[in-house]
Amino acid sequence: MLGLELWLIWAVLIALAVFLYVALDGFDLGVGILFPFARDTRERDQMQAAIAPVWDGNETWLVLGGGGLFAAFPKAYAVLMPALYIPIILMLLALIFRGVAFEFRHHGRGRGKKLWTFAFSAGSAAAAIAQGLILGGFIQGVAVENGAFVGGPFDWLTPFSLLVAASLVAGYALLGACWLVFKTRGELYERARRWTTQLALLTALAMGAVSLGTLGVDPRVTARWGLTMTSIDWPAFIKVAPLPVAAGAICFGLWTRWKGEPLITPYLLAVALFAIGYLGLAVSLWPYIVPFAMTPEEGAAAPNAQALLLYGALPLLPLILAYTGYVYWLFRAKVGEDASYH
Amino acid sequence: MEWDALLLSRLQFAFTIGFHIIFPAFTIGLASFLAVLEGLWLFTKKPLFKNLYLFWVKIFAISFGMGVVSGIVMSYQFGTNWSVFSAHVGSVIGPLLGYEVLTAFFLEASFLGIMLFGWKRVGPGLHFASTCIVAVGTLISAFWIIAANSWMQTPQGYAFAEDGTMIATSFFEVIFNPSMPARFLHMVIAAYLTTAMVVAGASAFALLRGRALPESRTAIRMAVLMMAIVAPLQVVVGHESGMVAIEHQPAKVAAMEGWWETRADQPTVLFAWPHEPEERNLFELAVPGGGSVVFGNTAEEELRGLDDFPASERPPVGIVFWAFRIMVGMGLIMVTLGAWGAIAWLTKRLDDARLYQRALVLAAPSGFIAVLAGWVAAEVGRQPYVVYGVMRTADAVSPVTAGSVAASLLFFLVAYAIVFSAGALYILRLIAKGPDTEEPPPQDTNEPPGTPMGAGVKEA
Repeated sequence: MLGLELWLIWAVLIALAVFLYVALDGFDLGVGILFPFARDTRERDQMQAAIAPVWDGNETWLVLGGGGLFAAFPKAYAVLMPALYIPIILMLLALIFRGVAFEFRHHGRGRGKKLWTFAFSAGSAAAAIAQGLILGGFIQGVAVENGAFVGGPFDWLTPFSLLVAASLVAGYALLGACWLVFKTRGELYERARRWTTQLALLTALAMGAVSLGTLGVDPRVTARWGLTMTSIDWPAFIKVAPLPVAAGAICFGLWTRWKGEPLITPYLLAVALFAIGYLGLAVSLWPYIVPFAMTPEEGAAAPNAQALLLYGALPLLPLILAYTGYVYWLFRAKVGEDASYH
Repeated sequence: MEWDALLLSRLQFAFTIGFHIIFPAFTIGLASFLAVLEGLWLFTKKPLFKNLYLFWVKIFAISFGMGVVSGIVMSYQFGTNWSVFSAHVGSVIGPLLGYEVLTAFFLEASFLGIMLFGWKRVGPGLHFASTCIVAVGTLISAFWIIAANSWMQTPQGYAFAEDGTMIATSFFEVIFNPSMPARFLHMVIAAYLTTAMVVAGASAFALLRGRALPESRTAIRMAVLMMAIVAPLQVVVGHESGMVAIEHQPAKVAAMEGWWETRADQPTVLFAWPHEPEERNLFELAVPGGGSVVFGNTAEEELRGLDDFPASERPPVGIVFWAFRIMVGMGLIMVTLGAWGAIAWLTKRLDDARLYQRALVLAAPSGFIAVLAGWVAAEVGRQPYVVYGVMRTADAVSPVTAGSVAASLLFFLVAYAIVFSAGALYILRLIAKGPDTEEPPPQDTNEPPGTPMGAGVKEA
């Protein structure tokens, strides 16, 4: 098709699905992570109302990421899922608690409401941590022999994956704060402004630390970036240097309190920051779908399976993006300050 | 029996999918019910339909949310616990699941947002369209997942690649495999019946309490109409599904029916205790020749019993036998209640039939029980295979440790117990309260419909 390999198209599509998940559910989870810092129940109700109509659609990108990986790269899926068993189960459990909390928080009375408020924020944070552990474990690489996972249940647990987890919590919180800048008003809006400033700094530090850590996971990554402990390979480094420079510039912009309109700008900047991090990862890990063990071509489904799904995806994905965009447009207004008076 | 990763993974899959199926089984029917209610409201302008819509949409929102989060688990669990299965069949059923996400999940999730929160942001026509889209989305989702599962029951249209994994030779044959049409109909009807039983039970409860009378009288009639027509239809479709099974999965049918010997004049076993070591039924109560008549039209028809299969090819008989009987028993209860309700309605005694209404309250969970039992019969009946006749369940499991799976199973048990208890409590509370008959029109709000704000009610 168009002279492109099917597996390459699918690798790009799944990478896009995962990125959309991170950009969209990232702010959902971020709002949950920021829940404990809200002043009172009223503010928490506003925060939840700012994401309630869209969270379900956002989380569907995660299902597409998992389902798409199963469909297009079953052999990669079959290696990654057992390798990351514990953090994936943790993520699923966390998503269950924070997902049901949307409805349950409003039906609970007294202690019940408190419990589901806690479940929403703890679930959001735990999901972010789990996704960070998954990402960290993924970047580190997975032990594979004869197309099957051969490592132990805790291979993913290293200082590096813990660092990635902490960074992702900060990054999601930044996305959440930026989303609240866009969606709220009054005191909560001012508070979200301050959170954005603080989290931009924190995220910049975290991204820097993860980037340095990533350089250390495998010599191939180090070579890709042209950086070693003792020397810099300038020709290699110059090609990729715009990424960290742009990331630094965006963090600086967010840190200096972007004051201009439109208010969606901070969120879009934060998404751009994630996009840069994502590109940086792609630069580091290409061409592996299971780092350092399996390429997309090796993990791919049979060509007719990839083709069948592609025939559907080519018209359907633009359609999905169109109606998802429409729903976002419909709910673009700021949440009222009295979002939930009782 | 050894508590290894295989057994624990089977238990975990059974538990998590059993938990999950409860919600789609309910929301498939409820979404269609809501679409009908909103259509009637737009068409007749009667506030009664609006009140019913606003009442059931709250219950829908809770159930749908629980279905979504327990469904995400399923899309990852194929890989975490059944990675060998995933790697081997990914090229065959993977695209089906991919299509489920692309054609159904996004549709449902996006338009659910409009359905729950879009009251004043879109016109009544577009809101109604959103409800209909969600309803259609639930059916599309059911189509793909039943297609994938039916392929695992009656696989066709596949071949083996050089590396031993399966590839599709015809996706048309994969999707429209022999058991798919009947099983899809069987599942959709089961979902509609499940919803009808809950709506009937909740409405009967309100009638018994003398609450929301016009709403409850209408809703109970809608439910009785559904039951009276669809419950008998389900018997026919279920029989069709059985006819496919006896052709393609005779060992499963033999286990369901409790047939140990291959013989003509197979009985219809009403009650028995299948004793696997002795390969016979204890305390059997049976209609001689009934089975041969049902499956072969004449008592002379010879039908295969379990003795035709080595023990290594048989499913666990007791579980399949009893799950099947529970499902059929629930189905017969629904047929009876449908007929009883239709007669009471025709003789204009439905609103005062206290005994019937009490029976409906008791039978409210019968649809859920039937769905769960039916799935147990179908899935345990497929054993010892994960893809019938092709891949054994024992060969499908992930290279994970028993400790990991034991821990995850334990956490799923605890988490689902908490989530289920809370969800059931909130739904039962709403049902106990009944439809609000004086609700002002919905407000422009992002609050879930279950909240006072969402329902447009300001409390003191």
